[in-house]
Amino acid sequence: MNNDILGIIARFENSAGLLKAAEKIRDAGYIKFDCHSPFPIHGMDKATGLKRSPLGWLVGISALIGTSGALLLQWWTSAIDYPLVISGKPLFSFQAYVPVTFAVGVLLSAFTALFGMLILNGLPRLFHPVFYSKQFARFSDDSFFISVEAGDPRFNPHRTSKFLESIGGKDIELLRAQ
Amino acid sequence: MGFDKNSYRFSDVKNRGWIYLVVGIAALALSLFGYFIDSEQFFHSYLVAFVFWCTIGLGGLFFVMIHYLTNATWSVVIRRLAENVMSIMPLVAIFAFPVLFGLGDLYHWSHADAVRSDHLLQGKSAYLNVPFFIIRLVIYFIIWILLSRYLFRLSLRQDMEHNDSVLRRAVKISAPGMILFAVTVTFFSFDLLMSLDAHWYSTIFGVYVFAGSFLSLLSFITIYIISLRKRGILAETITLEHFRDLGKLIFAFLIFWGYMAFSQYFLIWYGNIPEETVWFLHRWDGSWKIISLILVFGHFVIPFFVLFPMEIKRNIPVMTVMGVWILFMHWIDIYWIVMPSYDHHGVQFSWMDITSMMGIGGFFVWRFLRNINAHPLVPINDPRLENSIKIIS
Repeated sequence: MNNDILGIIARFENSAGLLKAAEKIRDAGYIKFDCHSPFPIHGMDKATGLKRSPLGWLVGISALIGTSGALLLQWWTSAIDYPLVISGKPLFSFQAYVPVTFAVGVLLSAFTALFGMLILNGLPRLFHPVFYSKQFARFSDDSFFISVEAGDPRFNPHRTSKFLESIGGKDIELLRAQ
Repeated sequence: MGFDKNSYRFSDVKNRGWIYLVVGIAALALSLFGYFIDSEQFFHSYLVAFVFWCTIGLGGLFFVMIHYLTNATWSVVIRRLAENVMSIMPLVAIFAFPVLFGLGDLYHWSHADAVRSDHLLQGKSAYLNVPFFIIRLVIYFIIWILLSRYLFRLSLRQDMEHNDSVLRRAVKISAPGMILFAVTVTFFSFDLLMSLDAHWYSTIFGVYVFAGSFLSLLSFITIYIISLRKRGILAETITLEHFRDLGKLIFAFLIFWGYMAFSQYFLIWYGNIPEETVWFLHRWDGSWKIISLILVFGHFVIPFFVLFPMEIKRNIPVMTVMGVWILFMHWIDIYWIVMPSYDHHGVQFSWMDITSMMGIGGFFVWRFLRNINAHPLVPINDPRLENSIKIIS
C-alpha cells in the first residue's frame, strides 16, 4: 500500500528548531533520518546521534604507512640497491630523507581523508528521494529540513507525519516517485 | 579567597602574592652573591632566566594581538589572562639592565681587541657594537611596552563602557603591532641569543625562539587556569571546550617548534659549512649531546604523541603535567642555546641557574597575580563574551 512512499520531509523555521527536533527524533528511536540546513550547525552531530567517524583512525594508519614506506624506499634505493655517496655524507642519512618522508605521509593521509570521507558518506550519489520535493530546494537558501526515509523500521506515513508535526515541523510532505 | 561571579573579581583580596616577591628578592640576592664568585657563570645563568621569562611575556602580547586580528570568539574568556601576562613587560625591561652590565662576560664581540684580530667580527662590527646593541634593546622594549600598555588600557576601557569603537581601535593597532612584533622578536633573539656565538648565523632563529615563546605562554596560561579551576573559579566560564582549544594550540605549536628546529638543523647539516655547523657541533659535544636528545624527544616527540588523541586535551591532570613539562622544556631549550657558549665541552648545572630562574620568576609571578587581583578576570563588556563562554570546540 505504502510502497510508492519513499519518505517524509518536514520544514523548520530556524536552526535552533532543527537542532531541538533532531534531538527528539533521535530520542524517538528513528535511525534513517537526516537534517538539511544551509550552513553547518554546532552540536548537530550529537543531536542526530551520529557516532564518531572512524576516519581519524584510517588517516592515522595511512600516515604511518606513508612515512615508514617512504623512509624504507629511500633507504633501499640510496643505501642498498644503488649506493651513492652524496657530498661525503653517510649512505643512510636520515636527515636528508625527512622532507620526502614527511611529504609522502601527508600525501597518503590527505588521500585517505578525502576518499575515505566520500566512501563513508556513500558518495558520489546521484539521486535521493528528497529531490522529488519542490520545496526542498530551499534547504540551500533559507529553510531547514528533516527527512525520514521509508526504510526506517519505525517508519509509518501517518504516525511519522504526526510526530514530525508535534515536534514543530511545517509543510510536511510525503515523498512519492514521480 | 572569595570570588564574585557577577563582576568576575576576587571579592576579598587577601592574596599571598607577596610570598613570590620575597622568594624573588631572596633568590636574586643569592644570585648577586654568585656574581662575586663567578661573574661569567652568573651572567649566563641570568641571561637564560631573563630570556625565559621575557619570552613568556612576549607570548602574551602575541596572543592578544592575534586574538584581535583573527576576530576570535573562543579566546575572549582567556584574553584577560594573556593581557595580564603581557603587561609584565615594563618589569621585564628593568631586568634587562643587568644584562647590559654583563656584555663583556657574555658577548665575545664586545671586546675591542677580539674584534681587531678577527676578520669576521670586523665585518659585523657595524651592527654588533655596544652602543647600537643598547639602542636596539631600548627600542625593542619601548615598542613592546607601548603596545602592551595601549592594548591593556583599551581593554580596561571596554570594561567600563559599552562601545564598539574600543574593539575597532584594538584591531587597528594590532595589525601594525604584529609587524613590529615580528621584527623586534627576530632581532631580539639575534642580539641576545644568536650573537653569543658571533660567527654563527641562522635566519630562521627568530622564528624558532618565537615558537617556543608562544608555546610556553600557552602552557603558562593553561596551568594558571587549572589552578583557578581547582579553587572552583571560572569553572563555568573557561570550560573544557576552551581546554580543548588551548590543547589544540599547544599541540600545533609543538609541531611548529619541531618544524622550525628541524629546518634550522637540516639546512645547516646539508650545507655543511664550518662556520655554521660549529654551533651544532658544540651542542653535540660531551654531555651536551644528552641535552640535545632530551630536546628532540622531550620538546617534540613525546608531547606530540601524548597530546595526539582528541580527548586528552580535556583531561585536566594530563594537561597539568604537559603544561609544566613544556615550560621545563622551554627552559632547557633556552639553556641549550645559551650555555654552550660558556662551556661547550659538557653541561655543568650551577646553583645560579636555579636562583636566577626563581629570582626573576618570583617577580614575574608576583606582578602577574597583582594584575589578576586588580581587574576582572574576563573582559566583562566584550560583545562576544557570552558566545565565547558557550562555545563548543
